[in-house]
Amino acid sequence: MMAATRRRPLPVSIARRAILIAVLGYLILPMVAMLEFSTRGARGTRNLDAWVAIGSDPNLIDAIVTSLEIAALTVVGMLLLLVPTMTWTLLRVPRMRRVVEFLCLLPLAIPAIVLVVGIAPMYRFLNTFLGGSALTLAFVNVILVLPFAYRAIDGGLRSIDVPTLADAGRSLGAGWLRVMGEVIVPNIRGGILSAAVLAVALVLGEYTIASLLNFDTLQVVIALLGKRNAYVSVAVSLAALIFAFLLVLAIAYLAPGGRSRAPQVEEE
Amino acid sequence: MGSAATPQVLNGRAGVEVQLLDMHRFYGAVHALDGLSIEIRPGELVALLGPSGCGKTTALRALAGLDDLDGGRILVDGRDITHVPANHRDMGVVFQAYSLFPNMTARDNVAYGLRLRKVEENERRRRADEMLDLVGLAKQAGRYPHQLSGGQQQRVALARALAIQPKVLLLDEPLSALDAKVRRQLREEIRRIQLVVGTTTLFVTHDQEEALAMGDRVGVMSSGRLEQLAPPAELYERPKTRFVAEFVGLTNRVSGHARDGEVDVLGTRLPLLAGSEGTGPVKALIRPESVRVTPDESGSAAVVAVSFLGSVCRVQVELPTGELIGAQLAAADAADLAPAARVSVAFRPIPVFAVSDRG
Amino acid sequence: MSDLTAPLPAVEPEAGAATSGAGPRRPSRLRTYAALAPFFLYVGAFLMLPTLIVIVGSLQDASGVPTVENLRVAFTEQRFVDAFMRSIWLSLVTALAGAIIGGLLAWAVATGNPDGALRRLVVAASGVLAQFGGVMLAFAFLATFGANGIATIFVEETLGLDVFDRGNWLYGLTGLAVVYTYFQIPLMLIVFLPALDGLRREWWEASASLGGSSWAFWRNVGGPILAPAFLGALLLLFTNAFSAYATAAALVSQGAPIITLQIRAALTSEVILGQANVGKAMAVGMIVIISITMVMYALIQRRASRWIR
Repeated sequence: MMAATRRRPLPVSIARRAILIAVLGYLILPMVAMLEFSTRGARGTRNLDAWVAIGSDPNLIDAIVTSLEIAALTVVGMLLLLVPTMTWTLLRVPRMRRVVEFLCLLPLAIPAIVLVVGIAPMYRFLNTFLGGSALTLAFVNVILVLPFAYRAIDGGLRSIDVPTLADAGRSLGAGWLRVMGEVIVPNIRGGILSAAVLAVALVLGEYTIASLLNFDTLQVVIALLGKRNAYVSVAVSLAALIFAFLLVLAIAYLAPGGRSRAPQVEEE
Repeated sequence: MGSAATPQVLNGRAGVEVQLLDMHRFYGAVHALDGLSIEIRPGELVALLGPSGCGKTTALRALAGLDDLDGGRILVDGRDITHVPANHRDMGVVFQAYSLFPNMTARDNVAYGLRLRKVEENERRRRADEMLDLVGLAKQAGRYPHQLSGGQQQRVALARALAIQPKVLLLDEPLSALDAKVRRQLREEIRRIQLVVGTTTLFVTHDQEEALAMGDRVGVMSSGRLEQLAPPAELYERPKTRFVAEFVGLTNRVSGHARDGEVDVLGTRLPLLAGSEGTGPVKALIRPESVRVTPDESGSAAVVAVSFLGSVCRVQVELPTGELIGAQLAAADAADLAPAARVSVAFRPIPVFAVSDRG
Repeated sequence: MSDLTAPLPAVEPEAGAATSGAGPRRPSRLRTYAALAPFFLYVGAFLMLPTLIVIVGSLQDASGVPTVENLRVAFTEQRFVDAFMRSIWLSLVTALAGAIIGGLLAWAVATGNPDGALRRLVVAASGVLAQFGGVMLAFAFLATFGANGIATIFVEETLGLDVFDRGNWLYGLTGLAVVYTYFQIPLMLIVFLPALDGLRREWWEASASLGGSSWAFWRNVGGPILAPAFLGALLLLFTNAFSAYATAAALVSQGAPIITLQIRAALTSEVILGQANVGKAMAVGMIVIISITMVMYALIQRRASRWIR
């Protein structure tokens, strides 16, 4: 609605501009500071040494690769877990919808710091089988991602009339599995993509559990690096932030319907 | 339905005259209003009718002050209000849907305008209750919008608009979001109330039946322009332009030949209405109820299909030329007609509109 | 043309698909629920089980004997109580600041072009800044307000003041508050923007046509409708700050002013003999506080959703 009020009185216009400049300026300031900090050279010169150094630090490279691998595993795990469950619930067991929703939102009530306390003994146990690879973090990351992924996929499911599509498919002869795989899933691509991107962003930024379980992921290494070489750690932080920003921006442009909008009366 | 409230509460204003003069409005490159001029007489209900995008809602919103104009003037009761902001125009607006404030009860919604005018609380309550009684919702005064049906919500919206005793009442497709039966009921009530209250009213709709049933006069719009503004019967029987002739009511397009103010269709000569295509091969626009179909063994036409609609029958007939036309007959008269029956076709001798054959 | 009326082959039944109607109902019902089993098992294993471990562990001493000693220590010993209080204070203050500033930003964005670049950029940036990694934000602030930060240097050189105490300010509670507010603002935007979008144009126009000014609309219609969403957002911001760990962990290397850092200390140090499970007790305390906030949030949501239909 608010965007539709065409005539904006002048004081409102000014207030709006002022707020945008002040707040956005404040939010951009640290980003600019990071850029400035990471490009400092000796005696007031500017150079990209810190940035180049990212590529030559083996620990950092390893950590980046590890984190990306964990991210990939998390995305796969999350999709395998959520998409069948959510579509099945919607189609066949609507009564369980509330329960599934509750469980998916529960991680919001159990912060990572609390979760890691309880999961540490479990990981000690797991590591005896799976050999202490950081990739096992994917198991926990899937849980951390659940609330956001659930909302994204749910948004996708709400935007299409699932029962009607399912009925249409069934009446033409498709079984439930086909309906799920060939009718529903292709139509919620936007929601799935959103969920995947959110998962990647979350995994790349996850610190709490990784650090307290003593795995060397990207964030853990950045934090350690901060004590040794502030410039490089700031540079890689900024790089990671920009990367995540571009990812999220990409889905904003590719997957429409991320915004909730009240249906507007048709203008004649 | 509630009792008709005594005019004391509602009175205050006899209807005022409204003039829309040469209105222009652009949306980017689209000319939404193209020199629109309409005069609404005091106490009259003018229905604005037209297809999607014709500008009727734009006109209403410009009158309400909710949208700007790029040209033209608006006069209400002789006063130029073109540059008066919406909240000072003293008009009651009923929107298509969703306009009731969800955080207020029906009563509070209706009383809102009175509260803004600093009417004292008891008086506010009394008037709000009277308005709700007028629209037949006295018992629902304490309910919230989400507890009311679509039809009930629109009634509350009407009560709210009337509560402020507006100079002009504007209704923007108020029935379009409701289902058919409710629509018909509410349509009659709105008209009844409008006649009781006497406020000058502009009613926008895309539904022909609604427009013709409700309006003292009906204005047909197309592409931002007014095609014709006339009482319903005149619009129906004597359309002035091709658009009106084709848009209002059902028509058959029958091939014929025009000459000297008449058109020759199937051997019958019918007078032409002004504005018709006057010479050469044309299509005559003939209404279904003007087509007479009689069983005739040696007739040149044949029945294709018969649809029973209760009081009338629609009969689809194939003419010797191969054209298909529809006729409307009283059910009794169609009793002997069945598909493939041979019939003869005749047309009522009233003036018709004709358009060129290539249209 | 004749092909249209030729008979088609029958649809092949799917491998393993349940036959509809013909067979007894019970097996297919079991099957239907069984399809959800993987989900429940996974969540049970990696969410419920750890939580259970925390709760049960908080009620046991180092050798597994049931006791309430851990809880007693966690909720009465001064340094822990202080940490709880500081966490709550920090969360309240930053939630309020974030809600107000973020709310204003949301309004400024909502009144702009809904398909415009500004909106998309701000929403995307907010998505990143709100959730993405406290460690990086900690470094961002070090680069700005730290000992060698751009703002510190700027203020020193232009005003000659050591306002930021050579960057140490950042490691105290005030510093944490400023940094926390930084990510509360984008979170508020994300959470509150949909509520602003939900304000229907018709309400605004109805109010105007009835004679209401801007102020009248906000006071009578807009404000009351947005209030639940605002409160809900406030609660979410509170929970967010209360649960936060990474930023503080990256900034504060010594001491543990807030409860999440206290839990870190309990996990990483073996100093406290016989109090190994106090960390679990603190975790339980956190769960309780967060649960209360979440229940309040759910109640507000339920009340508000009736209106917005």
